[in-house]
Amino acid sequence: MEPKKIYGILSEKFGGKIKQFIESTLPPSVLVETGAIADVCRFLKEGDGLDFTSLMCLSGVDLKEQGKMAVVYHLHSMKQKHKITIKVELDRNNPHVQTVEQVWPGANWYEREAYDLLGIVFDGHSDLRRILLPEDWEGHPLRKDYVYPKRYHTWDV
Amino acid sequence: MGVLEDKLPDNILFTNVDKFLNWSRKNSLWYMLFATACCGIELMQTGAARYDLDRFGAIFRATPRQSDLMIVAGTITHMMADRVKRLYDQMPSPKYVIAMGSCANTGGPFYKDSYSVLKGVDKVIPVDVYVPGCPPKPEALIEGIMKLQKKIMEEKNLVKK
Amino acid sequence: MTKADEKFMQVNMGPQHPSTHGVLRLLVTTDGEVLSGVKPYIGYLHRALEKIAERVTYPQFTPFTDRLDYLASMNCNLAYAMTVEKLLNIEVPRRAQILRVIMAELNRISSHLIAFGSFSSDMGAFTPFLFGIREREFINDLFEIACGARLTYNYIRIGGVSKDIPGGFIEKTREFLDYFPAKIKEYNELLSYNAIFIKRLANIAVISPDDAFDYGITGPNLRASGIKWDLRREEPYLIYNELDFDVPVGKGEMGKTGDAWDRYMMRIYEMEQSAKIVRQCLDLLAPGDYTAKVSKVLKPPAGEVYVRAENPRGELGFYLISDGSTKPYRLKIRAPSFANLSIIPKLARGVMIADLIAIIGSMDIILPEIDR
Repeated sequence: MEPKKIYGILSEKFGGKIKQFIESTLPPSVLVETGAIADVCRFLKEGDGLDFTSLMCLSGVDLKEQGKMAVVYHLHSMKQKHKITIKVELDRNNPHVQTVEQVWPGANWYEREAYDLLGIVFDGHSDLRRILLPEDWEGHPLRKDYVYPKRYHTWDV
Repeated sequence: MGVLEDKLPDNILFTNVDKFLNWSRKNSLWYMLFATACCGIELMQTGAARYDLDRFGAIFRATPRQSDLMIVAGTITHMMADRVKRLYDQMPSPKYVIAMGSCANTGGPFYKDSYSVLKGVDKVIPVDVYVPGCPPKPEALIEGIMKLQKKIMEEKNLVKK
Repeated sequence: MTKADEKFMQVNMGPQHPSTHGVLRLLVTTDGEVLSGVKPYIGYLHRALEKIAERVTYPQFTPFTDRLDYLASMNCNLAYAMTVEKLLNIEVPRRAQILRVIMAELNRISSHLIAFGSFSSDMGAFTPFLFGIREREFINDLFEIACGARLTYNYIRIGGVSKDIPGGFIEKTREFLDYFPAKIKEYNELLSYNAIFIKRLANIAVISPDDAFDYGITGPNLRASGIKWDLRREEPYLIYNELDFDVPVGKGEMGKTGDAWDRYMMRIYEMEQSAKIVRQCLDLLAPGDYTAKVSKVLKPPAGEVYVRAENPRGELGFYLISDGSTKPYRLKIRAPSFANLSIIPKLARGVMIADLIAIIGSMDIILPEIDR
């Protein structure tokens, strides 16, 4: 199915919660309202003819210039062989978004990673801890304004 | 047995105790199977058939309790550094450390831009021999081990330092 | 600790453990010999590659992709180069494309050889490990001829490859291809169809297709579950659509489809196919340019791409955002092992302790890719 058509199906179902269709990215993306992401994802997985079986990738992006953060979901369907990108934008000072762990269990670790490196909080996540950095690490390194630490434990960084 | 007895009947070999101890130590350098990153693969290949580290009496042990030598093969992150220190403490004396590869020496390619890489394993444990390279070739590692053997031969065990 | 927890014992496995394939730490909760839960702790090799990408220029990041998955450096170079080329709209010359396929497939063989060797030594058979390394050294020599390095090649660059192959490479490669099939037969006789080995692995840790989808498992582990999905076939890149090769899938030869033995065997089958691909590519190789004309300073137009390629461990994806400057704005690496490892807590419930080693080994994970 063409991404444009998927966008059409989504707009029909969710109306104003689907904000925009961006064709220039590869694969083309659909911008979704933050509050609706879990419902949209569940529909994408279970909806007729959509069958987005797996989450290829979940990335957090820091859009400092716009005062925003984004979470980007790359989805594809092994049954229908189509792909799409779903995006949500969050407030940079207080980034919160619903988890999609219940839709794709594999999202668990990706969300923990986004929390660890960017500080995005996934509401409803079963085990939101740091994953790549030690528990006592300070700050979220992939933020654009991250300052490298000088010391860690007993040695210089 | 046999070889010396046949050639030197009724003879005694003289050496000093230090030399004897050092000689036995340098020829049974059991190293710990401890690979963190890329260099670990080269370490594996050095231990395998073509380069055959066994020739030097160096065979791998899976536990620090049985090892004399720690070959730090790969990047050490801040999270791992405490563990490396603990592993080193678990090894029985006399113990030696070879820092294999640029990451273990200085942080290597991650020196400048990484926030999480330890800039040289010598910040947490003492190092005897540094082997440069990213990763070092097996020949380089073997040379490192030979350098260490040379160093061991010069040790004084019985005199007060 | 509650009363119910008292009958369980908690054991820490790793980060220094001979069969965790690197610095993986598992917190294992056991009830005698039976596992009641496994919690993986990762991050012991977190080298901040994604942050480094934002601080270096596009070509400068290529050597770091070598260290992303050091057993398949060529494949990582390739995926990264393809991502940047997609942004820049560069057409890669045909000779370079063929060279890329040759290198990627040879690297796939050498990566699977390590998977085969280390898995067998995890299972208690040390000899196959030595055999695997013996053949790997042959491929290392080939790469050394082509680019001078044994492990971190930095050979596939943006626009093509770093230099043309020198004389003797093709003959040596053919020599290897003639020598290799007999060795695969030897592996099968020695290990694959060994009764003890089969007993140890058949019906262990079966991954159903639905679980595989849910956790985003890709590569040989997915195909072992009976799903014919290979990016080289589904979304052909380079010259893969001209080549004749099969995509092996798990059939449950020794037990259920998708068990540890199937996952192991996928790698043996894939080595055969890769050898077949390399042979075809050597025949296709015609004189030509080995790289496209690429300017010294790369400034891709602003945009976003997600490009993926089939690595020995599964789908390696790069999500790259460019803001029009010389450095990436954001580079997210979708590592196959990261997804493959995330299913372990689910698989390892209710199995014996010794089977945990079989599960980790059969997934063929690699830590630098998980931690990045």
